[in-house]
Amino acid sequence: MAPAGAACGSWYVVDTSESRAVEWRAGSELSSPNDKPHVPAPSLWPVGFAIGIVCLLLGLVLGSWPIVAVGAVLAIAFGYLWVRDVTRDMRPKEAPAPGTDVAPSAPAAEATEELPGFSRSIFLETATLGIGGVIGGLVTLPVLGFAVLPAFESHKAKDVDLGPITNFPEGSFVVATFLEDPSQGEVSRKTAFIRNNGLTAVKGKQEPSFTIIYSRCAHLGCPVQPGGLLQDAETKQLAPVKGDPVKLIPVKGLSNFACPCHGGAYDPEGNRVAGPPVRALDRFAYSIVNGNLMLGTLYSVGHVEGTGADAKISRYTSASPGVHVDGIERWLYPIPVPGR
Amino acid sequence: MAPKSARRRQLEAAALYPLDWVEERTGLVGGIKYFLFRHVPRDTNWMQTLGAATLTAFLVQTVTGVFLAMYYKPDPQNAYSSIQHITHEVTLGWLVRGMHKWGASVFIILMFFHMARVFLFGAYKYPRELNWIVGSLLLVLGMLEGFTGYLLPWDQTAYWATAVGINLNATAPFLGPFLANFLQGGAQIGPDTIARFYSLHMLLIPGGLIGLIVLHMYLVVRLGVTSPPWSPTAAGRERPDESKPEGARQGLIRSGDGQDEGH
Ligand code: HEM
Ligand code: FES
Repeated sequence: MAPAGAACGSWYVVDTSESRAVEWRAGSELSSPNDKPHVPAPSLWPVGFAIGIVCLLLGLVLGSWPIVAVGAVLAIAFGYLWVRDVTRDMRPKEAPAPGTDVAPSAPAAEATEELPGFSRSIFLETATLGIGGVIGGLVTLPVLGFAVLPAFESHKAKDVDLGPITNFPEGSFVVATFLEDPSQGEVSRKTAFIRNNGLTAVKGKQEPSFTIIYSRCAHLGCPVQPGGLLQDAETKQLAPVKGDPVKLIPVKGLSNFACPCHGGAYDPEGNRVAGPPVRALDRFAYSIVNGNLMLGTLYSVGHVEGTGADAKISRYTSASPGVHVDGIERWLYPIPVPGR
Repeated sequence: MAPKSARRRQLEAAALYPLDWVEERTGLVGGIKYFLFRHVPRDTNWMQTLGAATLTAFLVQTVTGVFLAMYYKPDPQNAYSSIQHITHEVTLGWLVRGMHKWGASVFIILMFFHMARVFLFGAYKYPRELNWIVGSLLLVLGMLEGFTGYLLPWDQTAYWATAVGINLNATAPFLGPFLANFLQGGAQIGPDTIARFYSLHMLLIPGGLIGLIVLHMYLVVRLGVTSPPWSPTAAGRERPDESKPEGARQGLIRSGDGQDEGH
């Protein structure tokens, strides 16, 4: 090996034009020995494009649609100019200015020198690729389905029995922890804040009413904490006939819910009052069976008007935390997710 | 140098025989020599070792990870206690786990340093654009490794950080919620989530990383490394010289001395 810096020229690139034994396509410009670097000329437009994108994102963050619109217009305009610059060499030249010589177009003879195609070899090529593709697909598709589809099946867990409604004092919250699906074990442990709103008239009948708020923060899913005094001494453990014990801790003077992760805060109805959450806290539907409170399906809430039994709740199918269910932003999530 | 004695030559021949044997059948010895003793610019800089440092960090992760997998149990009941077992009971477990845990950060940090070097040297320009793109994919996969690995200790930090991370992904427009379901293996973090993350963390993503690293290195060898921007010798590329029959491509590549190239 020659020592570094010896007279022999040091090539840092394998000379591709010599080593390429087979031209990858007839008449490819790369095979011409006298080629220029295949790069478009420098262009300043991407700077404008970037400014447009920054403006657009800034508008989205600040929630100002005019800024978004200005950004979009800038990005489109400069993007167009950029693409026009970059593709200049690919487009046929406009009529050449008089006086400049036009480079002779590639000799027509070269193009016809292409190897004649043999239909048999083309058939074999296509067949090999085709059969390979079919076999590959047959193997891959079920495996992909196996990896992806189970995540979109709905697993309707049975309603959770939270015990007699007499355990829930009227007008104040109780923190309930329970296993949503005992067959899944500890991972399915959930916490809900439950308030007994007392009796209310439904179709002329007096029915008990409950507010059941899920502890999952509507920002990014951390466990929201009750802002009040936990009455640990009054904790109740209910051991139902079947399933896992439910733990109930009463709270005194609950004034809000607060999230430990990024400072999200909610009022006792679950409406956002501070921090980054994009909607109100989710709620559970409920039913009352033989005097017991049964926890039903989870649903998402845009906003709650009023309080307690009279609250007007804008109700949506359960969405992931951080996902807007109302307002213009809901159009960012137009496709319903199966299994939610 | 004094001429070698006959005995010495004999010994050398004996030692080299196995190498010759392999070389004759595979050409690998020459290949490795070609890879290790490529020409590089005379004024390469220490900064240009950052890529190799990143590669080393990746190899450390691979080796320690393989052995951690011998003791780790990826299910909600046992994950946490198996990590405790590795840390406190298995001989040298604390060391291997520590290497993997801290090495993960080292790997990511080195990737960014390497990327910064490539950026500041302008080494992403023609003809190396594709290697920048391959590098960007490596960066994304590297971060995904970090994300999926973070859940595995299954403690409070791991659980909630992952919950937040998944929900963050769910807020991406259009397909975000689908991505979250895919990652969780359902509508929420459940019994299958940790095994999914484990499979992604130790099989799928590392497989992708290894493939891309091979491609990355192939391109580095094929295109050569860039000399530093302050290089006095032929900094920048020469203007294509139309008069030379070998053509302009020659000028693209920096030759060792600024004067004239020649073979
Ligand atoms: C797994 C992570 C990575 C590994 C193991 C790796 C490894 C390497 C190595 C060993 C080199 C040889 C030259 C040098 O050390 O600078 C290199 C060059 C290069 N890398 Fe990476 N790299 C990684 C990530 C990245 C990233 C994130 C980027 C940028 C987005 C990148 C872009 C490049 C480019 C453009 C070159 C060519 C530089 C030149 O020719 O001077 N790489 N890489
Ligand atoms: S997760 Fe509650 S504020 Fe971010």
